[in-house]
Amino acid sequence: MYHASKSDFKTRLQTWLPKLVLSPSLAMVLIFVYGFILFTVYLSFTDSRILPSYGWVGWENYNKLWRLSHWEISLKNLGIYASLYIAICTAIGLTLAIFLDQKIRGEGILRPIYLYPMALSFIVTGTAWKWFLDPGIGLEHTMHLWGWESFEFGWIKDRNLAIYTLVLAAVWQSSGFVMAMFLAGLRGIDSEIMKAAQIDGASNWNLYRRIVIPLLRPAFLSAFVILAHLAIKSYDLVIALTGGGPGRATELPATFMYSYTFTRNQMGIGASSAVIMLMTIAAIMVPYLYAELREKK
Amino acid sequence: MSSVQTQSVQTGRIARTFIYLFLLLMALFYLLPFFIMVVNSVKPLSEITGGNMMALPEVFTIEPWLAAWSTAQVGVEPTGLRPYFWNSIKMVVPAVAISTVLGAINGYILTKWRFKYDTILFGLMLFSCFIPFQIVLIPMARILGILGLSGSTYGLILVHVVYGIGFSTLYFRNYYAAFPTELVRAAQIDGAGFFQIFYRILMPSSGPITVVCVIWQFTNIWNDFLFGASFASGSGAPMTVALNNLVQSSTGVKEYNVHFAGAILAALPTLLVYIVAGRYFVRGLMAGSVKG
Repeated sequence: MYHASKSDFKTRLQTWLPKLVLSPSLAMVLIFVYGFILFTVYLSFTDSRILPSYGWVGWENYNKLWRLSHWEISLKNLGIYASLYIAICTAIGLTLAIFLDQKIRGEGILRPIYLYPMALSFIVTGTAWKWFLDPGIGLEHTMHLWGWESFEFGWIKDRNLAIYTLVLAAVWQSSGFVMAMFLAGLRGIDSEIMKAAQIDGASNWNLYRRIVIPLLRPAFLSAFVILAHLAIKSYDLVIALTGGGPGRATELPATFMYSYTFTRNQMGIGASSAVIMLMTIAAIMVPYLYAELREKK
Repeated sequence: MSSVQTQSVQTGRIARTFIYLFLLLMALFYLLPFFIMVVNSVKPLSEITGGNMMALPEVFTIEPWLAAWSTAQVGVEPTGLRPYFWNSIKMVVPAVAISTVLGAINGYILTKWRFKYDTILFGLMLFSCFIPFQIVLIPMARILGILGLSGSTYGLILVHVVYGIGFSTLYFRNYYAAFPTELVRAAQIDGAGFFQIFYRILMPSSGPITVVCVIWQFTNIWNDFLFGASFASGSGAPMTVALNNLVQSSTGVKEYNVHFAGAILAALPTLLVYIVAGRYFVRGLMAGSVKG
């Protein structure tokens, strides 16, 4: 960048300055993210209870964790919740995007309506839905007042169905966002390709199934990655909507980790569950980010 | 989302009717919960428990709003949400400002002063956006305790700056990557220094991405619950935590109308930002998902 002969103090400072200015941020990330990760990993192998303690116990916490029915339930719930959340958000998002892309009058009004829940806190979403789903005052009650006496919608109080209310509220919150991602993808498709296919006489259905949807693959991938990591991190919504109940019907790993670490004083087990959450997210995010960063080179 | 001239697909009349119907129904689905919250936040409690949630208020009252703001029982104190609202403001403003400035400088360095391993460093920063924060809760609680910051707004500012840098760096890096490097080189030859180039050349054209970044950080930090609940659950709690305490408090009659008014109060700042600058909000979402 510089003439080698001009190696006076100022020039040398200029070459070091960028690294110097970057270093505080980098130090923060290295300590508060990666240092902390290592610390939590270390704790997961110790006998920590209320406070961190450093007695090494090997894999004991992990063994205990996998034998806990509470953890098993959390994982099973996450499986149901994450797969439905991802599938439904993708389906709704894609449908809305394709429909909105048909030169719809009022698109400018509809689009922000689909997307605004994304600006809300999960606590707000949870509060709104909790009440809406409450059989005593919410939807069920309203239907009764409207004369549909036999209408029943008590999922939120039902151990077997409460997990689906979580899906409902989460889909409400994020499906508009997926719509926006697909819409951006659709708008990026070369219109020549569409024209050519139409001239070839492809029906709308085939046009989308054979040509448009395959072209949206990057958007599908991004949507999957974003939704999957949001699902694994879901905590606020559970707290606001169901508090993990009824019973343990809506416990997720994130709530499990919190309650074992901070209220049940089993920090070692809490740490090991956090490590497993991290590994799961890393398994999804690292290949994705790696590919994204490579592509740009 | 620039609406470029797109090739429109030919659709029949019935198909179009169906499409409009579906789109309107979905709009209803997204609007309903919020509509219900608003309507019921201006009803007296008796109308909620005894009446229909869809009905417009028979007696209009702003009493629930006043209660939510200044007299409702939050935790043990009958303070309303007001002090917590200010807590959130005091947390959000510095945290957004600091993380945005750092992100801008980092983005500038990572694109215009490339050095060995810079992509790896950026990758490390980027991954930090996506970690489940449970993995840092325990050590963070310890560190905040040691620094004497637990339970305070300053502690939360620190936390949000640290975990916000990844995204702000991502925004500015992607934005500056498209900025012509020749301009930077030319300025260098003219003798401009590191900071001069940033102030004079990059900053003047950074308006849009700064708006995107500020909106994203503001929304994320304002809406955060996990860190707030973990590190500042007492009188230093942010709005989301206070709202949850208000709604979950088990003592006395559940004042739903007050809860709704509170929920809307908690949603108002981010919602306002979204209404005023929705375009930038969407751009931020996209940049956070589709890199580049």
